[in-house]
Amino acid sequence: MNVLLNGSSYSIENNCSVVALIKNLELNGKYAVEINQTIIPKSEYSNQKINSGDKIEIVQAIGGG
Amino acid sequence: MTNSHTDKFTIAGSKYSSRLLVGTGKYKNSEETKSAIDKSGAEIVTVAIRRTNLGQEKNEPNLLDIIPPDKYTILPNTAGCYDAASAVRTCQLARELLNGHDLVKLEVLADEKTLFPNITQTLDAAKELIDDNFKVMVYTTDDPIIAKRLEEIGCVAVMPLAAPIGSGLGIQNPYNIRTIVENASVPIIVDAGVGTASDASIAMELGCDGVLMNTAIAEAKNPVLMASAMKKAIQAGREAYLAGRMPKRAYASASSPIDGRFF
Repeated sequence: MNVLLNGSSYSIENNCSVVALIKNLELNGKYAVEINQTIIPKSEYSNQKINSGDKIEIVQAIGGG
Repeated sequence: MTNSHTDKFTIAGSKYSSRLLVGTGKYKNSEETKSAIDKSGAEIVTVAIRRTNLGQEKNEPNLLDIIPPDKYTILPNTAGCYDAASAVRTCQLARELLNGHDLVKLEVLADEKTLFPNITQTLDAAKELIDDNFKVMVYTTDDPIIAKRLEEIGCVAVMPLAAPIGSGLGIQNPYNIRTIVENASVPIIVDAGVGTASDASIAMELGCDGVLMNTAIAEAKNPVLMASAMKKAIQAGREAYLAGRMPKRAYASASSPIDGRFF
């Protein structure tokens, strides 16, 4: 299935959890996840399933003033 | 000399010794970011919240490894937000990212040319964030009435601009800044527009509690040396404020006595 991940189309397995997505992306460091403008707490990553068409944002801290 | 151990200021219940707050944008690389921030002596460091670059080099250092949250107070900003809703959303993501850390720098912009704040949206966002238990340090214009209003609704620090963000023009309206300081019972931090060390000293001489800057350090030819200069300028300005400057006079006043002259 396809989701919109950080503004781009991204293909993942059906019934994928947030944990599995993060593992696929090989993310390191600190980040936060939002699905359809709802923040997913870290404690929910393994329970939270991703649905086709979800709009997912993964954000981090970068340089800024 | 002022003892930096006793001359602390408090934001949202936490005490800070350094009155220089710095941003992390516009540096050439992470080494330069780290060196400049170390040299500045800053304890509060701003960051922006943006999409993770999913194609990034896995070995690329993460900003929060360079400025670790156990060493610095991380101040996520809402830079680039032009409405209250996106600013609130950014703060909520930042709080999740930083494991519940709830101190934020709110800025809601109005115009790309000036980057002046949209005050009505800033007020709306500040109220919403405070209701959601955030501690809000708020970027605003140098309007004393608005500064007081932001304090009254519960912002933990009010941060008027000296001049437009990134302009380096220095304090354009010192009388307004002084009035804001006189009226305030929360810390007043000049945020944006400082260009060089003397600008930072003037802000402190006006009685501001601190200065937040990014471009003045990052765009200096030697950012690490400018970070050092800014640290000293902030300390010098603070000491001059506490010392209380001499009155200005229209004409000369001799420093050597008139009496006892033998000529």
